Amino acid sequence: MSAATENGSGAVARYFVSHLTRYDYGRPVALGRHVLHLTPRALPWQRVISHELEATPEASERLTGIDAFGNPIETLAIALQHHDLDVHARSWVELGERPQTAESPSWESVRDRLVFRAGHRPDAGERDAARFLFESRHVRVKRELAEWAARSFAPGKSLLDSVRALNNRIHAEFAFDPEATHVATPVIDVLRKRRGVCQDFAHLMLSALRSLGLSARYMSGYLLTTPPPGSPRLVGADASHAWIAVWCPNSGWVEFDPTNGVQAGIGHITLGWGRDFGDVTPLRGVIVGGGEHTPSIEVSVVPEADYAALFGATRRA
Amino acid sequence: MSAAPFAHYRCPPRHFDEAFEADGRPRAAWQALVAALDSGGGKALSRQADALRRMVELDGITYNVYADPQGADRPWSLDPIPLVLSADDWQTISLGIAQRAQLLDRILADLYGPQDLISEGLLPPALAFGHPGYLWPSQGISPVGGRWLHLYAADLARSEDGRWWVVHDRTQGPSGVGYAMQNRRLVARGQLDLFRSAHVAHLADFLRSLRDAISQIAPIAAGETPRIVLLTPGPWNETYFEHSLLARHLGFALVEGQDLTVRQDRVYMKTLQGLQPVHAILRRLDDDYCDPAELRADSALGIPGLLAAVRAGNVLVANGLGSGVLETTGIHGFLPGICERLLGETMRLPSVATWWCGEAPALAHVLEHLDELVIKPAFPGMSPEPVFGHRLDSAGRAALAKRLRATPHAFLAQEWVRLSQAPSLQADGRVAPRSVGLRVFALATPDGYRVMPGGLARVAPEADDDVVTMQRGGASKDIWVLSKAPVAREPLASAPITPPELLRAEAVIPSRIAENLFWLGRYAERCEAQVRLLRAAINRLSDGDADALSGLQSLAAVARAQGLLGKPDDEGEAPDQPSDADWLDAILDAQAVGSLHANARRLQRAGSQVRERLSADNWHALNRLPQVLEHAAPGIAGAAEALDHAMLLCVSFAGFAMDDMVRDAGWRFLLLGRRIERLAGLGGLISHYLQSDARQHADGLEWLLETTNSIVTYRSRYQRQPEMLPVLDLIVFDRDNPHALGFQLDVLARYLSRLGRDFGARFDNDPAPLLETLRRFDPTRYHNLALLGEVAPGNPQLDALAAFAARAQLTAWGLSDELSLRFFSHAEQALRSAEAA
Repeated sequence: MSAATENGSGAVARYFVSHLTRYDYGRPVALGRHVLHLTPRALPWQRVISHELEATPEASERLTGIDAFGNPIETLAIALQHHDLDVHARSWVELGERPQTAESPSWESVRDRLVFRAGHRPDAGERDAARFLFESRHVRVKRELAEWAARSFAPGKSLLDSVRALNNRIHAEFAFDPEATHVATPVIDVLRKRRGVCQDFAHLMLSALRSLGLSARYMSGYLLTTPPPGSPRLVGADASHAWIAVWCPNSGWVEFDPTNGVQAGIGHITLGWGRDFGDVTPLRGVIVGGGEHTPSIEVSVVPEADYAALFGATRRA
Repeated sequence: MSAAPFAHYRCPPRHFDEAFEADGRPRAAWQALVAALDSGGGKALSRQADALRRMVELDGITYNVYADPQGADRPWSLDPIPLVLSADDWQTISLGIAQRAQLLDRILADLYGPQDLISEGLLPPALAFGHPGYLWPSQGISPVGGRWLHLYAADLARSEDGRWWVVHDRTQGPSGVGYAMQNRRLVARGQLDLFRSAHVAHLADFLRSLRDAISQIAPIAAGETPRIVLLTPGPWNETYFEHSLLARHLGFALVEGQDLTVRQDRVYMKTLQGLQPVHAILRRLDDDYCDPAELRADSALGIPGLLAAVRAGNVLVANGLGSGVLETTGIHGFLPGICERLLGETMRLPSVATWWCGEAPALAHVLEHLDELVIKPAFPGMSPEPVFGHRLDSAGRAALAKRLRATPHAFLAQEWVRLSQAPSLQADGRVAPRSVGLRVFALATPDGYRVMPGGLARVAPEADDDVVTMQRGGASKDIWVLSKAPVAREPLASAPITPPELLRAEAVIPSRIAENLFWLGRYAERCEAQVRLLRAAINRLSDGDADALSGLQSLAAVARAQGLLGKPDDEGEAPDQPSDADWLDAILDAQAVGSLHANARRLQRAGSQVRERLSADNWHALNRLPQVLEHAAPGIAGAAEALDHAMLLCVSFAGFAMDDMVRDAGWRFLLLGRRIERLAGLGGLISHYLQSDARQHADGLEWLLETTNSIVTYRSRYQRQPEMLPVLDLIVFDRDNPHALGFQLDVLARYLSRLGRDFGARFDNDPAPLLETLRRFDPTRYHNLALLGEVAPGNPQLDALAAFAARAQLTAWGLSDELSLRFFSHAEQALRSAEAA
């Protein structure tokens, strides 16, 4: 019996995830080193049935490990000259519902709990929360952001109601626009432009929460999408996804998806988490040589029932 | 001017005077020095200061200032008056620093390990996790030998009551040890008698201990000798001078990130001899730049995979990656409690009183007492600059208070310490009190931390200035720590090398060094050849006769072909005779791509990359060359004078290369560069001469001999006017004339066959066939050329010779490309990083 069925309402779903990244370097590359966060993380509501990673050309060195945030990590080194590189991750996962959240205390009480007091010994939850409380590469702590978020955080309002209100606001007020931003767009620009992609909205929400003194982390993964009515599911039509989790003393980490204005559910497949995108970048590489290039990325998230129709065979268990 | 240097010396109120008691008598430790300075008088002191300045300039001691538009290198500023500390003062400092270094090392081990200090509420998480220097990828690493902090520096200040306080900790890659050693060498020389009689503690052993300590724990396989390198960000770093100095003194190879590579979790140096294992890295590169695969992705300076090698325990990195997290004064207030917990001791040396605003009571105190405090960002690299509370008006205070309340954990306040005053020589020859701060150093040995008995003192440039930093233009001082017992005479050169250390002389040459030496050779020869050509041209400018003018035309054509003068325009019109201004630009205009000045700068840059392989004189000659062109007097006369001076420098540099440098594989690359450049230059010159109508002019042979520096040889051999046959014999066929084609081919063939032996290299552009062709040319067939008039265009022998010279030029260029591909290509390639979602 899988771990997933022991939690939540008992609903269970199985997915196949294919994540293919192709680099065409243009000029020869003498040496490449790639650090990958492409392995789904095992969680009480998420079981990793299988995971394989294929690199072409084959890596001369391969290492697997766990990073400082507990995420699975793979490192590839390619020491022979090459002009292109394909990295293909294929995983089967089984998801159940996430645990129900309890009644949450006021947001100010959570904030105050995270302020350092000499002599106070923080418990395990507070210590975990302390890692995700400050600025990081993509997350800013600024008065401007706190003031912008304040409208959703009325005095005395419960933490989760406040965060939910902020989550809905981002969903309602911001337009999804892949042309508007790139990886390095600062959150302040996202706030002013009112547009961006899921990473931007996650970083914005993290910035707002941390500027208020709350602890929140970046979630990296995939989301099951539904094709438009009447259209078939297509291979490679999906993308990696990002959302956030906020720390709540009596519920632990509660996940919100500002891009879709929902809490994370049975369609949110988790790769891992960190302070921001930089800690869990799906593929991060350094090469010696090569020219300007942009990788092409194909992601498919496929429910078990659709697998045969798409790939022409039933899954080999 | 003034005979008594201290005549106008008055310490300002509410400051401690390092040299004098309140009643004006010198302190015991200073008596001898003050007496010596007084008896020597102001003149002696000024003379010493001048001598110091000259030595600093000669040694090329520099401190690069990023913000300085005057160019990268600024001479090191050194006060001839040392700062003297009594044995008792030093006892306090050295015990305190050794304890503090040990404490900080243990804190690092905890922060990157179990984090008990956070669990126990002894350290606010904000000071670790909110610090941009906390490197999550280092979490869980247990470094080689269990040690994080190998070299530590602290900045100290003395308050009004005479007590010492720690102002800053330097835990990443502290700078200053090299400058301190250099200061000692120079200042002690100026005060030699006094220095020897005063029982001043030695510095020389400190570096040796550093080297021994690292060698002892470097992880080596059985039978290996540890290879230790000093990792520098490169010549543009503000303390690069020190990096190369330390590397030389420690006997470590000075490397940049691109010289190293990681394979199978081991670090290797890329050398001409292939990949060589590296066991320990003393780094001066900032933490987050060290590994673009796991740390800052945009760092082109780092070594991809270094962290993985550290994690695997295969390399020692000193200091540990992530040690910069302790460079926050925010932690100072928590150190006494942590010291009790980790060492079971009380702190011996206090920190300047510090309030970290992340604690509510501390914030309240800070807002209440702004006048007595200096407000600073909690973490390095953050704005704003330190703010002295007492200098703010009410609007400024309100704005500051608002910022503090918004992100209190990002700020701290320090008590405003009125720095102690030390006698400091001013430009006018007087001695005046100036604020002084100390930087002292400690290194980890197997028996605990050892503190360098001395260090670097820095003085503020102005009176009433309470900030001391080299970045803002202060001067430095040597620190003399007096011992109670006599000390043996300090060797002011470096310590003698013991027999086992002789093994270190094995010549492993990093590929990048070979490449820079190669280009050093090419640019040195290019500059020298250009100076000759330009001199020949300038001499003819002032001469009005027809012969000189035709010579000038030829020189202009050659100069155009070499890119020294602008090319003719697109219409292919016969170019006009260049104006005087065009010739001046070719010499002096640093912005013109092919000018002498531009090449002199390239030469200097190539030299700066291999600075540690050049003697001081050698480097001095390189450094002077662009300066001479920069400061040439106006007009043709000025340029001519500059060219004469430039020629002396070029020739002396060439002499140094032959007489001054070890003839290892690196040296051969320097010579290869020189010979290849000369082969290309001569080939171009001779083929141009033979194909143009220059050969019909009397002046043609004259300038050919001048530009090939063969005129003296010709005159001494033939004692008559130049004639074509002997001239061609001298500059084409003669194997003994270092300015002949034949000589270059001969020497190149020898060097290349040596390269082939050493590295198994083969070359398509082998000079051997050209040498064979040269042998087959028969000078006797040219006997009818003796009379100038008979040399008409279309002479088949001369055409064949011109084709030969042109081929020699192509061979030179081809060889240069081949050498680059074979030996330098992996050194040249830049790192690129990419992220994909």
